[in-house]
Amino acid sequence: MVFIGVRAAPMVALTAFSVGVTLAMQAAHSLESLGAQIYIPDLVMLTLLREMGPVLIAVIVIGRSGSAVAAELGTMKVSEEIEALEVMAINPVQYLVVPRVFAMLVMLPALTVFGNYVGILGGWAVCRFALDFNTAGYVLRALESADTWDLYSGMIKSVVFAWIIITISCNAGLNVEGGAEGVGQSTTASVVESLLAMLVMNAILTGIFFFSA
Amino acid sequence: MNASGETIIEVGHLVRKFGDRAVLDDISFNVHRGDTLVIMGGSGCGKSTLLRHMIGSMKPNSGSVKLFGEEVTGMSEREIERVRLRFGMLFQSGALLASLTVGENVALPLLQHTDKSPDQIEEIVKQKLQMVGLTGFEDLRPDEISGGMKKRVGLARALALDPELLFSDEPTSGLDPIMTAVVDELTLSLPKGTHMTAVVVSHDMTSAFRIATRMIMLGHGSIVAQGTPDEIRNSPNPEVQQFIHGKPDGPIPLNLSQDEHKDHQLVRPRPFLGGRFRFHHKRT
Repeated sequence: MVFIGVRAAPMVALTAFSVGVTLAMQAAHSLESLGAQIYIPDLVMLTLLREMGPVLIAVIVIGRSGSAVAAELGTMKVSEEIEALEVMAINPVQYLVVPRVFAMLVMLPALTVFGNYVGILGGWAVCRFALDFNTAGYVLRALESADTWDLYSGMIKSVVFAWIIITISCNAGLNVEGGAEGVGQSTTASVVESLLAMLVMNAILTGIFFFSA
Repeated sequence: MNASGETIIEVGHLVRKFGDRAVLDDISFNVHRGDTLVIMGGSGCGKSTLLRHMIGSMKPNSGSVKLFGEEVTGMSEREIERVRLRFGMLFQSGALLASLTVGENVALPLLQHTDKSPDQIEEIVKQKLQMVGLTGFEDLRPDEISGGMKKRVGLARALALDPELLFSDEPTSGLDPIMTAVVDELTLSLPKGTHMTAVVVSHDMTSAFRIATRMIMLGHGSIVAQGTPDEIRNSPNPEVQQFIHGKPDGPIPLNLSQDEHKDHQLVRPRPFLGGRFRFHHKRT
């Protein structure tokens, strides 16, 4: 169950690294014209911690694990397995849903932290090898720019996203009707709904965290 | 017939409608301890719906179902769970959990509902699997065994907690004749040793007459005939005779009209978690 997280790590790493590199290159381009290349680490750091980290990693987890959960529970529903659990007086929510919710709530924030690190590493790679930064300069600048709230806000987001993703996926799976086709439809629906809900929620949270204060 | 025994199941005036069509229309019968009741009838006659009402997974429009003297139709999930510990159920497809091995499937109710040690559970699992002729299959996964084997594992799982009452949905469909006889023999041997009561839904007539102590034939939502196997065999009712002899011509219509077919389509079990997860559930 916890493999929701561990097996997703390489994919998260690659995505986060690419995003870090991209951010740094774009930043280099834009900030260069202002003569403000020194701020590249700030930009990479803040964008990753506050927005790109939680959102992108949630997107990966929706595609990978949310859909898998919906399909798995849906198949169990269709093949009478859920009914069998109920008849054995085993509550399917307790037996099937609770561990998945737990795994998701733990693993999505963990993956987000990991992704943030890798993304920052990507930014460093650009600064170190393509621009005139040295490692210490990048690290210092990056640490100076962000405070703990930036990290925590991203973490809060990813916990909320985890909750959204797993509730939608489990709900979709347990409500499958009508055989293999139903499983497919529910899985698709769970991905689409999770994505939309997650993005809307991200906008709301960003509004609350950084715009209202 | 064992009419003197204690009444285990009491079904009274059970009515269940899907839309306007009554799938179960005023069904009443009792099952006594030690009886093996076979419910038979053509496809779509409401057998499975009746079974689902008896295990408390569907709620009737009106009428009552009493298991062990307790009314189950109005029970909350928690109360039903308590009653469910006293019976086992064998599903048509076996309904094994695909993510667990055969052994883990049989062990599941024991792990969830008893305080037995892992060693004791392993012993019980071995014994139950041996009973259904699958010694040594513990570590295989459900997708590695045949349909008939799955069914037997399902039976072993249903019996894991030594229930007083066993429900089985088409226990012999899809089994070869020898395996059918084995399952029948198993079903027969259970009530003798343990005073277990069994309710079997079947349209396999050979098997039905072999195991039943009482029979009910359903048709169009009501009871067409009930009695001992001998009474059923000698029933003057032409519908019963057509069914038990499997004749194509008779009072039971071969072709369904389109409307009837649509009605049959509606006779799907209500989604199990419909009450709690209603988001996607379309009500008919």
